[in-house]
Amino acid sequence: MSGERTDRTELRDGAGLTGEILHQHLARTWSRKPGLIGWLSTVDHKEIGRRYMVTAMIFFALAGILGLVIRAQLARPDSGLITADRYNQIFTMHGTTMMFLFAVPVMEAMAIYLVPLMLGTRNISFPRLNAFSYYVYLAGGTMVWVAFLLNVGPDAGWFTYVPLAGPEFSPGKRVDFWAQMVTFTEVAALAVAVELVATILKQRAPGMSLARMPLFVWGVLVTALMIIFSMPSIALTSAMLMSDRLVGTQFFNPVEGGDPLLWQHLFWFFGHPEVYIIFIPALGFVSQITETFCRRPVFAYPAMVLSLVSIGLLAFGLWVHHMFATGLPRVGYSFYTAASMAVAIPSGIQIFCWIATIWLGRPRFRTPLLYVVAFVITFVIGGLSGVMVASVPLDLQFHDSYFVVAHFHYVLIGGAVFPLLGAFTYWFPKITGRMMSDTVGKWTLGLLFAGFNIAFFPMHMLGIMGMPRRVYTYPAGMGWDTLNMISTVGAFIVAAAVLLFVANAFASLRWGEAAGADPWEGSSLEWATSSPPPAYNFAHIPVVSSRTPLWDEGDGLPVATGLKVKHRENLLTTVLDAIPDLREPSPDPSIWSFVAAVSTTALFIGSIFTPWALVWLSIPTTAALIAWFWPKPGGALEQEAR
Amino acid sequence: MSSVSPAKLPSRAKLPSLEGRGWGSVRQRRPKLRAGKSLAALAYPPLAPPFQGGVWLALALFLTLSACDRETRDPRGKPLPETKPSADALDPRPAAYENNAFQIAQGQRYFAWMNCSGCHFHGGGGIGPPLMDGAWRYGGSIQQIADSILDGRPNGMPSFKNKITQAQAWQLAAFVRSLSAQQGKDKLWSRGDEMSNREPPTLQDREPVAPTTPEADQAKPR
Amino acid sequence: MRGSRSFSLNSSPGFPGEGDRAKRGGGVLRSQRGPSTRLRLVPLPCECRGGFKRSITLLAPLLLTACDGIQSATGGDGWHGERFNSLFTLFMAVTGIAYLLVLAFLAAAVLRRRGEARYEEAGSEAPGERGITRTLIGWTAFIVAGLTILTIGSYFADRGAARAAAAPALEIRVTANQWWWDVEYVGATPQKTVRTANELHLPVGVPAHIILASNDVIHSFWIPNLAGKQDMIPGRVLDATLTPKHIGEYRGQCAEYCGIQHAHMALDVKVESRADFQRWRAAQLMPARLPATPLQKAGYTYFMSRECSACHAIAGTPASAQVAPDLTHVASRKTIAAGTLPMTRGHLYGWVADPQGPKPGNNMPYIGLEPAELHAVVAYLESLK
Repeated sequence: MSGERTDRTELRDGAGLTGEILHQHLARTWSRKPGLIGWLSTVDHKEIGRRYMVTAMIFFALAGILGLVIRAQLARPDSGLITADRYNQIFTMHGTTMMFLFAVPVMEAMAIYLVPLMLGTRNISFPRLNAFSYYVYLAGGTMVWVAFLLNVGPDAGWFTYVPLAGPEFSPGKRVDFWAQMVTFTEVAALAVAVELVATILKQRAPGMSLARMPLFVWGVLVTALMIIFSMPSIALTSAMLMSDRLVGTQFFNPVEGGDPLLWQHLFWFFGHPEVYIIFIPALGFVSQITETFCRRPVFAYPAMVLSLVSIGLLAFGLWVHHMFATGLPRVGYSFYTAASMAVAIPSGIQIFCWIATIWLGRPRFRTPLLYVVAFVITFVIGGLSGVMVASVPLDLQFHDSYFVVAHFHYVLIGGAVFPLLGAFTYWFPKITGRMMSDTVGKWTLGLLFAGFNIAFFPMHMLGIMGMPRRVYTYPAGMGWDTLNMISTVGAFIVAAAVLLFVANAFASLRWGEAAGADPWEGSSLEWATSSPPPAYNFAHIPVVSSRTPLWDEGDGLPVATGLKVKHRENLLTTVLDAIPDLREPSPDPSIWSFVAAVSTTALFIGSIFTPWALVWLSIPTTAALIAWFWPKPGGALEQEAR
Repeated sequence: MSSVSPAKLPSRAKLPSLEGRGWGSVRQRRPKLRAGKSLAALAYPPLAPPFQGGVWLALALFLTLSACDRETRDPRGKPLPETKPSADALDPRPAAYENNAFQIAQGQRYFAWMNCSGCHFHGGGGIGPPLMDGAWRYGGSIQQIADSILDGRPNGMPSFKNKITQAQAWQLAAFVRSLSAQQGKDKLWSRGDEMSNREPPTLQDREPVAPTTPEADQAKPR
Repeated sequence: MRGSRSFSLNSSPGFPGEGDRAKRGGGVLRSQRGPSTRLRLVPLPCECRGGFKRSITLLAPLLLTACDGIQSATGGDGWHGERFNSLFTLFMAVTGIAYLLVLAFLAAAVLRRRGEARYEEAGSEAPGERGITRTLIGWTAFIVAGLTILTIGSYFADRGAARAAAAPALEIRVTANQWWWDVEYVGATPQKTVRTANELHLPVGVPAHIILASNDVIHSFWIPNLAGKQDMIPGRVLDATLTPKHIGEYRGQCAEYCGIQHAHMALDVKVESRADFQRWRAAQLMPARLPATPLQKAGYTYFMSRECSACHAIAGTPASAQVAPDLTHVASRKTIAAGTLPMTRGHLYGWVADPQGPKPGNNMPYIGLEPAELHAVVAYLESLK
């Protein structure tokens, strides 16, 4: 009863409180403190999302440089540019960084930034966990890179097969840094996945039923659920590897009843969904971009959603196609062949629907849509070579050859990086308030497309010609020399294109044309707020009655009012139909998630060297968590108790 | 404060302002800020205070600065002397072989290949003396163990001089010392891919190196 | 057709070796110019054989360059290779059609309304939408049908491979080590068992049962011209069946990353006529030749009394260690150190003097032989034909 009264006296947005005064109130409530402490305490999903993006792009650049070193070494036969030991570290770091420190985090970063805006809410759920996940990710990536620069880089390949990665054949701490980096990134990824699922299911704008969600949000929901189901597998198996290496357990020792294949099963049960975790958000980018630039809703929305969901489900049923050469029962192989090929059905439907959207719409060929076109042309090649490696007799030849290297670069660069760069171009004005140069963008894309195909298409042929992957050199006279040289030239063209992209981004940040709230005339809610959005995202919570609210509502978007303005508050809605349900207090900034991340970092790094780190360093971690969860004086809980 | 119990929230009910009118009935212009406002917000917040990455880097550098040579596995590194230099302090070999996990692992390989386990078993001793305790008849320094391997010792230890190289003998000696956890934890191994029931050296306390005593010799099972 | 392959058949009696190579006009190993030159494998000029191969070449320009290398998946020189080629042709056909359809539709969609600029009324059904829906259904049906064909084709090819493994006539044990191959031809009795390393001789047309094991980490047995790969996993015994169809020399390579020298772990394969194979096997069964010259005798003495015999075995001598390649007939092999260097005197000198030079990180230590010792050891090794 008394609580109700408190509520009544509390200032809320609405008819009486709007415009400039509302902005001042909300800005005061939702902004963070200035200074370093304030910078470390922030819980704003946009700020964390931006940091995630920038960090992931730095790792992308670093891994890209390693890729260039690899290509430089392989340009000529019998090359002595780098030693075998260094080369092995370099290709391991290239794969590890690209998969764990770039691809997954950058997709999460985009989701962290965009999903609350697309859902019309003020912050992500569990924002302190969000900040924590960023610091943990940063620490894990920094750790493994510092180790690499100190010649303690992991050197057993990004999938780190035992027994090569076991205690006998990988002495020292190289592989331990790899395994612990996996721990860092999986903690970060699981935290983000939980936040995203909670945000998507409970914080959608009123009226945005599941069937009205933008396709990108659908992609993120599927991805986050996949992370939640697949990451425990790698968490388990990297912990098993760590304990084999640190305390002498026998999980992977065949002589003592362990099994090297156990690693492969557990790793690929994560590793295959991982590819789709990278790829499905990219499909979301493609859908959003296609919709906006074709000026019509994406064709066959239900088919698109079902395709996303079925790719997510199928992804868990085909990990064994990485293990066709390990001598498992052949009848089982047939099942995994069929399952792997089945992924082509939903992928094919999606490809069709995007092209159909272009066909039916009035396409404007600005840079983002051109990225979509480039995506279709390259990704389909990767998908079709994927159909080939799904076949056991073909895979037995292609497996671990350069054909597979070509295949997954076509899938991951064509299927994920092209849409990602398109998405950066597309949302750049929203994030920074300025447009990226379209002319430079088109040149970038042209250069990238040409360089990419020059670099990676010859690898198909190299694989068929018998060149195995992960070799630091090869003899002359195998017929591989020319193709390798072509591939290296292509790799440097790709590097030039990426440099051009970065230069364009920085120049546009400085001199770009001011964007305004909705430069592309987009359909989804993020375009309804200013660019860049204010700390509180929306002055009033928008209300949605279609899949493309900004197109259907004309100039007046209906809003829901009644949220507190002096305390951080989010509107929760029901899971299926998004009917307003609750007002939920949203956490204030806190330094404790940063402190907890530092303590967790110490625990993880310490446990590379001694198992006792787990015990002793859990004490400060627990203390930091207690402080993190401590109820705020005068906060919502106490108010409710009054 | 993400863990507020919802049961205590008076706001469990539908939002008051929405109840009366039905949500969505308040129509407004798009809730965007005035143009001047949004452009003022263009001042992009700095991505990182200048030293943010630097702190991590410096810390990690400090912690692992000595890691470089512990993990190096250049098989053609700078040549090491095969005989002892005039002063102990000048001998680079103990550090080069003991401080390097790769050299110890090579020793582990040769320990199996040269059939050391034929007499010493996996360090527990049998025909030959145990190698995983701290007691040494002929000295427990790496130089002394390498000498024992190369020169042989009475009562059955053969000489491996000219059968294995100096470098291999030092790698073996480094591995033998790791059986009693003489090196730092960051260089020790936990197990080989073999049958074993010993405690992993990574968990073992370092055995103090001492000459054998008459009492200890007598206490040994025959 | 087959005869047009320009490898000369080794029908002359004697051991395949230098003389044989010289007869081919230096085709295989002609470019050893200096001590720094690593292995150069120069395949003889080749031409594409077989009808289906030609059709692949037409279908897939990407295969043009892949024609007939000594390490090529489309070589089709074994039973599996032939099956692979026909299955690959099927896959290229189906996926090629699918890709062309996608490109055509994309091009049509992109070009269709270029330049038109007006809003589509949201929610209203655009003209042609119904037709597109029907096309979507057709497209899905096409994908499903194509995948079904491919899955069935793949299934039967796989079954066929399993059946082909049924009746092996020859049993060979191949054990992988970091970074070389231990090869044993299992005979009726241990005395009839031939042991060699890094080289596989196969009689043409005879199914050979290869028993695969590993002594340390996971390796993968892959001779692209003959068959797909099969992992070699410690703690497991796996197998493969090779049925070579054409006489020739091929090259296999470890396909699973296995440590620092994964790149230098190749396997020379020589497919020869049954008679040649029997001769080769009989010769391999002989103990090593006795050293003849004083220099060879000095080498023998060094080998037996020093570091070499601690790891290597030579049949018929006291050297019997099992942790490094068997050297009984080392000079008859094509390459040194698992395909790292060609077998020539110069490279043998280089290898024995400093094995860490061409293959850094391998387990053969640098010994530091005196020049006289080096001359002697190399002379002895060269005599082990």
